[in-house]
Amino acid sequence: MVFGAFPKLISLKGKGIAMKRRSFVKALTLAASVAAIGLGSSAALAQQKTVKIGVLHSLSGTMAISETVLKDVVLMAVDEINAKGGVMGHKIEPVVVDPASNWPLFAEKARQLLTQDKVAAVFGCWTSVSRKSVLPVFEELNGLLFYPVQYEGEEISKNVFYTGAAPNQQAIPAVEYLMSKDGGAAKRWVLLGTDYVYPRTTNKILRAFLKSKGVADSDIMEDYTPFGHADYQTIIARIKKFSSEGKKTAVVSTINGDSNVPFYKELGNQGLKATDVPVVAFSVGEEELRGVDTKPLVGHLAAWNYFMSLKNAENDAWKKKWAAYTKAKKLAYAGKPLTNDPMEAAYIGVYMWKQAVEKAKSFDVDKVRVATYGQTFKAPSGIMSKMDEKNHHLHKAVFIGEVKGDGQFNVVWKTKGPVKAQPWSPFIAGNDKKKDEPALMAEKKK
Amino acid sequence: MRILLIALWLAASPAFALDPAAVEKLAFGDSDEKIEAIGALVAGGDPRAAELLQAFSDGEVQTSGKRVLIVRGEEGVDAVTGEKVAQLPAEREDVVANNRLRGAIAGALAALKLFSAERDERLAAARELSGGADASILPLVRKALEKEADPDVKPLLEMTAAAMELKGGSKESRLAAIRMLGSSSHPNAKSLLLEAAAAEADEDLKLEAQKSLRAVDGRLAWGEWLGLGFAGVSLGSILLLAALGLAITYGLMGVINMAHGELIMIGAYTTYVVQGWMRDAGLFEWYLAAAVPAAFLVSGAVGMALERSVIRWLYGRPLETLLATWGISLVLMQAVRTIFGAQNVQVENPAFMSGGIQVLANVVLPWNRIAIIFFALAVLAAMWLLLSRTRLGLYIRGVTQNRAMASCVGVPTARVDTWAFGLGSGIAGLAGCALTQIGNVGPDLGQGYIVDSFMVVVFGGVGQLAGTVYAALVLGFANKLLESWSGAVIAKIAVLVFIIFFIQRRPQGLFALRGRAAET
Repeated sequence: MVFGAFPKLISLKGKGIAMKRRSFVKALTLAASVAAIGLGSSAALAQQKTVKIGVLHSLSGTMAISETVLKDVVLMAVDEINAKGGVMGHKIEPVVVDPASNWPLFAEKARQLLTQDKVAAVFGCWTSVSRKSVLPVFEELNGLLFYPVQYEGEEISKNVFYTGAAPNQQAIPAVEYLMSKDGGAAKRWVLLGTDYVYPRTTNKILRAFLKSKGVADSDIMEDYTPFGHADYQTIIARIKKFSSEGKKTAVVSTINGDSNVPFYKELGNQGLKATDVPVVAFSVGEEELRGVDTKPLVGHLAAWNYFMSLKNAENDAWKKKWAAYTKAKKLAYAGKPLTNDPMEAAYIGVYMWKQAVEKAKSFDVDKVRVATYGQTFKAPSGIMSKMDEKNHHLHKAVFIGEVKGDGQFNVVWKTKGPVKAQPWSPFIAGNDKKKDEPALMAEKKK
Repeated sequence: MRILLIALWLAASPAFALDPAAVEKLAFGDSDEKIEAIGALVAGGDPRAAELLQAFSDGEVQTSGKRVLIVRGEEGVDAVTGEKVAQLPAEREDVVANNRLRGAIAGALAALKLFSAERDERLAAARELSGGADASILPLVRKALEKEADPDVKPLLEMTAAAMELKGGSKESRLAAIRMLGSSSHPNAKSLLLEAAAAEADEDLKLEAQKSLRAVDGRLAWGEWLGLGFAGVSLGSILLLAALGLAITYGLMGVINMAHGELIMIGAYTTYVVQGWMRDAGLFEWYLAAAVPAAFLVSGAVGMALERSVIRWLYGRPLETLLATWGISLVLMQAVRTIFGAQNVQVENPAFMSGGIQVLANVVLPWNRIAIIFFALAVLAAMWLLLSRTRLGLYIRGVTQNRAMASCVGVPTARVDTWAFGLGSGIAGLAGCALTQIGNVGPDLGQGYIVDSFMVVVFGGVGQLAGTVYAALVLGFANKLLESWSGAVIAKIAVLVFIIFFIQRRPQGLFALRGRAAET
C-alpha cells in the first residue's frame, strides 16, 4: 500500500533516454567492479615457496573500529617473519578477507579461505558470535583458527587456539578489584552489554560469581543494547537511578564495537564520574577510546592482559615497530599509533603458529596443533606467554587500568604472574564435569 | 586550630617545606598510607599541599629514586621543598592515583575550598562533598555552614553535615539529619536514607527515615520523568531531522529513495572534512558554523545529480526507483569506503557541545542534545517558510499536488523536481551534520537511519509534513518510554511491531491527505 500512495508522476520514455540509461548502467557496473577489485587483496608472490594464511577480520561495519587494527598487526607480524626468511623457508602469503561485521558472512569467508585458498591457518574474529559462526566450518574442514580476543569461555575446540583471555583472566579479577577497598568496595552491580553471546554468558558467570560473594539479585541490574546502538540516554539514567538506591555501585560493561563511543560520550556529558560510579569495560581499549574526549572519563576502568602504557623492554620495542609499520604502510592511524590487548594477542598468535610449524616441521594442522602446546613467546605485556599444554588457552597476566586524560591507561592493579585460563568457568553449573582439554574425536578415528 | 590553618591557607603564606615524611608516604606507600598522608598534608594547611595533591590527582607526580617531583611538561618542581629542578632526571616513575585516592583528594581539596570567596568554587566543593565525604571533616563543614548564605551551596552543605551525623551522634541529631535529608532532592539523600532506614535500630527514627525516603523518592521521580521526557524529545528531534528530507523526497515527490541514509552519511562526512579544514585554520571551535551550510550544499548537490541522472527517468515506476536508489546507496557507501576507509572517522565535539547543564539534582541535560533539538526546530521552521512563503515552495506544492495543471500554467515541472529533490537531500545532509555530534560517523551510518526515516514518514502519513513532526515525536517518546521499562532491545522490537499493526489498521498513517491529492 505504500506504493499505492504514490502520486502519479511523469514517466519518460524514448530511445535516447533508454540509451543513456544503458550507458549509465554500464558505468555503474564498471564502478562497482572497480570497487570490488579494490577490496580484493594479496599481491601475488613469485619464485620462493609460499604458504598461505587467512586473515578474517571485519574491515567494515560496526566491528571495524576494533578489528581493522588486528588485520594490520597480523600483516606486520607476517612482514617481520618474511623479512627473516619466512617459516621453514616458506614465505607467508596472507589472504585478507572482509566479513564486514556480518556473522553468516564470517562462515562463508572461512570456508572460502580453507577450501579455495587452502590456507594453513586463519587469524581472525573478534565477537564471539562470529567465532561461533565459523567454528563448525573449522571443525568440519579441520582448519586452524587463532582467536585473539577475550571471550566468555564455555568452549574448547581442537581447531581453535584462544590467545585472548578467558573469564578468569579478565572478568572475575576485575570484579574482585572493584569489590576491594582500593576499587571502591562496590556492593551493587550494573551488568551492561551488547546483546549477543559474549556479554550474556559473561554476565551469567559474573552473576553466579557475585552471588557466591553474597550479592543479592536485587543488587544486580542487567541491561543489553543491540549492536551499533547509539543512544545511551535512558541507560545512563537507569544507572543513575539504580546507583541512588543504595550502596556503592559499579558498572561492568561488555559493550562491543562502535557503540562504545556514544556510550562514553553520554557518560561524560551526563557527568557520571568514576569516583561515584566506576565503569569497568572488557572490550574497550586504547583503540576504542581514540575518538573520545577522555577528560570526563578519567578513572573509569578497563581490564586487559596488556596495556600500551606498560613499561618493559618488549613493549617499547613492539610499540616502536608498530609505529614504524603504520608509517611505512601509510595507515590511517600513522599519526597516532596505538597498541592494545587484542593486537598483542593477535601478534602472539602469529608467532605461536610460526614456532609450532617449525617445531612440527610441517604445515599439517594436526601436527601443528600438537606442536603448539607448551609454546612460549616473550610477549609485549612483559611476561613469558605460554600456550597451555592442554586447554588451547594462553597463560596470561591480568592488569586493571584506569583511563587517563590522554586516552591511555594507568595500571592500578595486576596479578603477580601469569594466570592459567579456565575456559569452563566454575561459576556455571555442570562445568565441573567438563574436561580441560578438547575432545579429540577426529583423531581417535584415525 | 583548623580555622587557623585554613586562614593560613587562605593567606597563601610563603612557601615552606612540606612534611617530607607525608610526601614520602604519598609517593611510596600503599593506598591506606597514601590516604593517611593526604589527611596529614591537608591538616598541615600549606597551600602547596593543595597544589601537590591536585598534581597527584592529575597524574603529574613522579618519583626519581627517593625524590618526589611534580612534573609538568619539561618542567619539574621538588614536591617537598618547592624548588625548581634544573635538570629532570631521565629515569622517572609515575605515582599512580586510583579512584579511591582521587576521591579522597577531591574531598580534601573541597574541604579547603569551602571557604573560598568565589561562589562557584564553593558550590563545586559542596557538590564534591555531598557525594559522601569522610566524617573527619564534619567540623569544617559546620564552620562553613555558619558562614554560608548562598541558596545553592547551603542545602548541599546541610545534606553533607546531615549525612555525617547519621553515622554517629545523638538521637536528636540523627532525627534532625533524617528530616534534613527528607527535604533534599539530591539522589545521594536517597542512598543515605536507605542506609539509615536499614541500619537504624530505633523504631521512631526508622519510621521517620522511611517517611523522609518517600518524600525524596517523590521528588526524584519528577526528575526521572523530566529526564525521560527530554530523552524522548531528543530522540524525536533526531528522527525528525533524519526523516524531514525524506518527507519531501518520498512524502511529497513519491520517490522511494533508498539512498536517503547515504545522503545523511554524506552530510556527516562533509562535516568531518570541514572539521579537518577548520582545525588546520585554527578555528576548530567554530567548525559547525561552516559545516552546516557545507553539509546542506554537498548533500543537496549529490541529490540533484542523482535526480538528474537516474531518478527522473524512473518517475512513476516505484519498483525500479527502489532498486535503482538501493543500488546507488551501495555505490555511495563503497565510494566513501574507498575515499575515507571503512573505519569510522572521528568528528569531535567542540567544547561548547560537551558536558551538560544540571537542571535538577538527578537530571543533567547534555548540551549536544539540546543543540540538536533547537537545530531540528530551526530546520523545520526554515523548511516550513520555504514551502509556504517562497515561489519555489509554491511550485513544489503545485507540482506535487497536480503536476499536469502546474505544467499547464507554466511551472517548469522537471526543474522543480530537481530542486525539490535537492532540497530534501540537503536536509538529509543537515541531519548528517547533526548526527556527527552524538554518534559514530562511518560508511554505513545511513543504514541505521533509513528504516527509522521511512517509519516516521509512513507513520505520520505520506505527503504530510505535520504528520512527520508528530510521528517523530510519538516514536521518540514511545521508544524511550519502552526502553526505560524493558531495555533497548525489546523496545526496538515493540516499536516495530506497533508500527506494523498501526499501518495494517490505518494505511494512510496518522494524518491522511484529504481531497483530490489523496486520490491520485
